[in-house]
Amino acid sequence: MSLSRRSFVIERLRKERLLSLLAKGHRLDDRGLLDYRPVKIETNVIDKAEGSAKVDLGDTSVIAGVKVELDRPFKDTPDKGILIVNTEFLPFASPYIEPGPPDENAIELARVVDRGIRESGMVDLSKLAVKPGEQVYAIFADVDVLNIDGNLFDATSYAVVSALATAKIPEYEVDGDGTVKATGNIVQLPITTIPISITAAKIGDYIVFDPTEEEEAVIDTRLTIVFSEDNTLCAIQKGEPGSWTPDEIVNLIGEADGKAREIREIVKRSISP
Amino acid sequence: MGKLVDEQGRRVDGRGLNEMRPVKIEVGVLKNADGSAYIEHGKNKIIVAVYGPKEVHPRHLALPDRMFIRCRYHMSPFSVQERKSPQPSRREIELSKVIREALEAAIMIEEYPRTALDIFIEVLESDGGSRGASITAASVALANAGIPMRDMVASCAVGKIDGHIVLDLNDQEDKEGEVDLPVAYMPNLNRITLLQMDGKLLHEEFDRALDLAVHGCEQIYGIQRSALQDYYFKQDR
Repeated sequence: MSLSRRSFVIERLRKERLLSLLAKGHRLDDRGLLDYRPVKIETNVIDKAEGSAKVDLGDTSVIAGVKVELDRPFKDTPDKGILIVNTEFLPFASPYIEPGPPDENAIELARVVDRGIRESGMVDLSKLAVKPGEQVYAIFADVDVLNIDGNLFDATSYAVVSALATAKIPEYEVDGDGTVKATGNIVQLPITTIPISITAAKIGDYIVFDPTEEEEAVIDTRLTIVFSEDNTLCAIQKGEPGSWTPDEIVNLIGEADGKAREIREIVKRSISP
Repeated sequence: MGKLVDEQGRRVDGRGLNEMRPVKIEVGVLKNADGSAYIEHGKNKIIVAVYGPKEVHPRHLALPDRMFIRCRYHMSPFSVQERKSPQPSRREIELSKVIREALEAAIMIEEYPRTALDIFIEVLESDGGSRGASITAASVALANAGIPMRDMVASCAVGKIDGHIVLDLNDQEDKEGEVDLPVAYMPNLNRITLLQMDGKLLHEEFDRALDLAVHGCEQIYGIQRSALQDYYFKQDR
């Protein structure tokens, strides 16, 4: 599925009103400029998945499911497991969805979420080679986008992170004669950190966090930053036409870091058993 | 540690930490296109062609208030070590999007409602930093096509290898290094139009890396300018 290209005529007309609100420090939904909508995370919502999480970020709603199988490793990483993030905009997620294969928006979303999780080292893939060079765990994190109201990057990232962190996978061992077999034990994925994605958007001269669909229709540019727990940045993606000054980016990263710490606490509470 | 940078701070190709690979840009290399450019950035070899402004087909794609820009970033099957399938990969689809957005920031799209602009980028040989070299060349091709722009967009990557922040990763450094951070920048407006990163950086390292990238883009901008000046002012045409 892909999003059709909306003309956003009404939204553009509303931009003036939005800007005058922002000048007073308000948004259309009464939030402060740097406030997030409520983040609601529910884990283990799908029994048949090895891990799952439903995330509601305001009216944006996504569900991530983790499925695990044994597979041959990629040629260039024979001693590592495989992690694949895929996203699907379901046809009912918005009135503007078109049928067809994932478009550039869905592909960018999946790749940016994947990048943040991969580069943070959240899942220690080196511990997922059951028989290096031959059999490794392949972790598929598939995301269904259920309802679109802006900031899919963060909602999707929180869902995949929560689903991975709570996933329970079958344990395998290599026999004396070299065959791979299940031990019958169910184990957790090797999780090292909880990466948190923060998305900011610029509207005129104002910077807001967690933009809604209505705001995204008129934003000039967007920046998604993913923070790891060891005080590092692990992924960045600028999106939309429009531009940032270097100073804006440096200041924004400071603000976003604090917000990431707040949201990490919410995610950690939701994934703790 | 220490396999990409030696004790003297030399890199695998003999460069210093803040040193760019040689960059060569040629303007107007394709007869049929409205604008075109060829860039060699290190061993990257990339052709960019621009067609437009032109009528929008199919018509329903036309935008009432601005130009509709399409961008295709594509790698030739022989551009990499192992043959790449000619079908667009997910990476190419994402890069086509971020490159388009990086360039659109500079183009005066509001001056050309109901028109289309096609930007075709073909990577003939890839050597690390091909998206940056593509943006650099595309910006020159747009100028060659006479598309009004607020500024040129110059681009290069910085990264972290063996613990050092360095300018302009080559293929090996890109694959074996810790961080890749491509940046596109409008030098006269002091504006960043593309920013991506993968790999881990401390805040202080990021600030330094961004600063180095901006300086790199300023160098690239000089090369873009002289390529255009050579084409328009020096040749007897």
